[in-house]
Amino acid sequence: MNFELSDEQQMLVDMARQFAAQTVAPGAEHRDQTSSFPSDLIGPLAEQGFLGMLVPESDGGSEMGYVNYALALAEIAQACASTAVTMAVNNLTASAIATYASEGLRAEVLPSLCDGRDGKVGAFALSEPHCGSDAAALKTRAERDGEDYILNGSKQWITNGAFASWVLVMARTGEGSRGISAFAVPGDAPGLIIGPEEKKMGLKGSNTVPLTLENVRVPARYRVGDEGIGFQIAMNALDGGRIGIGSQALGIGRAALREAARYMEERKAFGKPLNRHQALQFMVADIGTDLEATRLLMLKAASLRDQGKPMTQEASMCKVYASEACCRAVDSALQIHGGYGYVQDYAIERLYRDARVTRIYEGTSEIQRVVISRNVLKGAS
Amino acid sequence: MDFTLNEEQQMFKDTCASLADDMLAPKAGEWDQGHIYPTEAVATMAEMGLMGVAIPDAEGGTGADNLTYAITMEEISRGCASCGVIMSVNNSLYCDPVHRFARPEQRAEWLAPYASGEKLGAFALTEPGNGSDAAAMRTTAELEGDEYVLNGTKAWITNAYEADAFIVFATTDRSAGHRAVSAFLVATGTPGLSLGKKEDKLGIRASSTAQMFFENCRIPAVNLLGEIGEGFKVAMGTLDGGRIGIAAQALGIAEAAFRAARDYSLERKTFGKPIAEHQAIAFKLADMATRIEVARLLTHQAAQLKDAKADYGKASAMAKLAAAETAMWVTTQAIQVFGGNGYVTEYPVERHFRDAKITEIYEGTSEVQRIVIARAVLEEALR
Repeated sequence: MNFELSDEQQMLVDMARQFAAQTVAPGAEHRDQTSSFPSDLIGPLAEQGFLGMLVPESDGGSEMGYVNYALALAEIAQACASTAVTMAVNNLTASAIATYASEGLRAEVLPSLCDGRDGKVGAFALSEPHCGSDAAALKTRAERDGEDYILNGSKQWITNGAFASWVLVMARTGEGSRGISAFAVPGDAPGLIIGPEEKKMGLKGSNTVPLTLENVRVPARYRVGDEGIGFQIAMNALDGGRIGIGSQALGIGRAALREAARYMEERKAFGKPLNRHQALQFMVADIGTDLEATRLLMLKAASLRDQGKPMTQEASMCKVYASEACCRAVDSALQIHGGYGYVQDYAIERLYRDARVTRIYEGTSEIQRVVISRNVLKGAS
Repeated sequence: MDFTLNEEQQMFKDTCASLADDMLAPKAGEWDQGHIYPTEAVATMAEMGLMGVAIPDAEGGTGADNLTYAITMEEISRGCASCGVIMSVNNSLYCDPVHRFARPEQRAEWLAPYASGEKLGAFALTEPGNGSDAAAMRTTAELEGDEYVLNGTKAWITNAYEADAFIVFATTDRSAGHRAVSAFLVATGTPGLSLGKKEDKLGIRASSTAQMFFENCRIPAVNLLGEIGEGFKVAMGTLDGGRIGIAAQALGIAEAAFRAARDYSLERKTFGKPIAEHQAIAFKLADMATRIEVARLLTHQAAQLKDAKADYGKASAMAKLAAAETAMWVTTQAIQVFGGNGYVTEYPVERHFRDAKITEIYEGTSEVQRIVIARAVLEEALR
């Protein structure tokens, strides 16, 4: 057992931290205030190799694996949670395609997802207006028509949807959870209608839209993997995606801790800086412990994933703990700021809003608990 | 980065798990109810090399690493938390500082028999008027010729009734704060040393805890452990390591309660199905398992940092805090899963609940851990 980062991993962290501080952090507040997608950061993220971290080099990726991915993503999230989720969804989509798509399709799709061409990214379309966590209930249909499939249906909460070069769409080709298939759909496919951008409470710099598919025709070679394995692809992608959200939550939590520490140093009450009041010190101790726990859960899930070992339970533990720890962290950090935490002059207000969704997307906390409880009950004697 | 146990660690884990399941868990309730010191179990633990896990072979110990120590502590405590604390005190609080500070000529007498488990050691730092604030020490040591004369009272001394030797902390100058504190090796039976009555504790009742009274207790001056005035350093370094042991003990208690609740939830039915199938119960189990996993990762990390000779003060404080609070929380939830059955001694979870509480208190309360952690975290966050 060894918890330490290798020199190579530490170098990546340092590089990501520097990149995040210099390139990502400066526009974070502006993107939040104006709900602007970080189009100008897609290219720089690609240059760092951060868009195809889970894609083999032979497919155009940087093939750095989940541990490195999680470490880098946490650094980006510490600077800007919106940019982080944009990056995470691109990696998730690219990884699923790299794992399941035919060689020809990989060659067609992956280079553009890895190099962020034209400031565009990948999107992952599983949820629908009537179903999120209960993904097997999805209704979007893909009907075979000669050499093509024709897709019809509605997708909801699609991150990167309006800026997608490719959308990985889960659609029904049969009944039940074994009747779902995955398709790579070009972002500009005729009939793919991008709905109005959601007005979210946080992650305002990221793009979230509903997508409507009206007789979207894609060639059969755009099907990712065999017919009927779409649900498997989605669940596998979400296992990996949960590491990503854990990592994003860690980054937001760290940013909140840093804001709190800074404020506690400058602000005085009763003749001494806030950082000398025990009630606030103890909040910081709990945030710090929670974040360290999060980091270890994240690294363990990522490390298992890199080794190709089962990690569904670990991914769910990472996701639920990270997101709830993150929400506790931003809440305490806001409390430490007092009234100033409630106004937009301080970054904690944005962090508080950004944090909330981590308990919802890529499987709500409740879904993670369903997964974990099923697993632990299996272990009963 | 690697989250798997090596072969030796796995072997220790499996062996201790068998001991816990076969010998400790079946008797733990009886020992608890009768306040019975588990003499035979401790002897078996000694035979298995569990009383000096991380002390080198050449010094009488087992020569394994601190991670192995944490793993074995967890398994033993899962079977019997009292056995866990008996083991922890001998390993972390007695053998570890003696190993680090004893002079060559002291080692055969004061280390080897304790590391092998032939004899049992204890640690006397806390006093009635000061616990976590060790610098407020009242017990005095006065040099008279080639002897030190000890006077004062120590409190909450685990293993007091069974120990063959104690590390005793005393000040040579009460006005000089922690700089005047030194550590001494004191054998049981030394004239002037007597024990108070056994404390009637809420939990860990199979282990003995008592006050110690020093009344002109004379010990040879050569029994000084470390340098004169080095006692505070001895104590603080010891507690950093001790916290790993208590974190592991807390983990074992939590794991025992979790397994009991999990198994019970599959047997017990309400409204026509096992209570495990009710989400309210299933989600408790999910949270128990997650928090235990968190505490285990933090504990193993602290142990591994100690093995790597890296700075592990913050890590062990986090591990101890998280594990202790997890143990308290998990055992509370476990009783809830059992309902009325959780409230009676027929089932083990009420004992786990009582045993868990002490982990939030001894070897630095949760509040002391938070002071240590806050200091480190604030400094890092501004770096």
